[in-house]
Amino acid sequence: MKISIQVSEGPYNHEASVTAINYVKAALEAGHEIFRVFFYHDGVNNGTKFATPPQDDMNIQKTWSELAAAHNIDLVVCVAAAQRRGIVDQGEMERNKKDGMNIMDGFRISGLGQLIEAGIESDRLVVFGD
Amino acid sequence: MSDAKKFMYINRKAPYGTIYAWESLEVVLIGAAFDQEVSLAFVDDGVYQLMKGQDTSEVGIKNFSPTYSALGDYDVNKIYIEKESLEARGLTLDDLQHLVWEDEDEDWAEKDSIRVVTSAELAELFDTQDIVLSF
Repeated sequence: MKISIQVSEGPYNHEASVTAINYVKAALEAGHEIFRVFFYHDGVNNGTKFATPPQDDMNIQKTWSELAAAHNIDLVVCVAAAQRRGIVDQGEMERNKKDGMNIMDGFRISGLGQLIEAGIESDRLVVFGD
Repeated sequence: MSDAKKFMYINRKAPYGTIYAWESLEVVLIGAAFDQEVSLAFVDDGVYQLMKGQDTSEVGIKNFSPTYSALGDYDVNKIYIEKESLEARGLTLDDLQHLVWEDEDEDWAEKDSIRVVTSAELAELFDTQDIVLSF
């Protein structure tokens, strides 16, 4: 089955991100395809590379990044939500004249249309959040 | 449009206090460009999103409630309000914005977009959807 995921909550503050990671791993192990993971609301904070959690804590952003690299998963951060919350890639840095960028490897910033397209293209769209 | 999917957006939270209501509306407006069968449901504190006469001038948050009246122009004209949620909050349809759309097939006759439904009817509607996005 082709599955897409929406993550609506930030890492650490809420369990949604970790539950989504566990769901993605389980779905892949069961032979399903993850078409896309779309990060919305505070979920965009899953896509920063500037987080430094304590060593004995899970690095949620890095876990996403490694999962994406290992399984070729499309991780998309909503641009409108990212602009409000300061998640910046090369393009956003240049467009909005910021002096740095913080997007984690394996993530890309794009529009809300990517969420709708994920719904259209996938057999299931599963939302993690409140 | 037989290959269009049925998208339902469920709005469950008060309009201010968190950003879910506003960012949900942003998805609806963007999603309208994709020619899918869209409907909106308002339940729990989400019914407050459609209250008439919202004034946010003293809380420093943008009042986005006028945007709902544009939904008809985006062909978003199936808006369901849960009856029990309205009643639990002492509200009636008169407390909400009057949302309308123009029916192209009937000489652009103006029609109501809002339908008040029971939670049992809403459950049946959920069951008919392809995609349910919950905010």
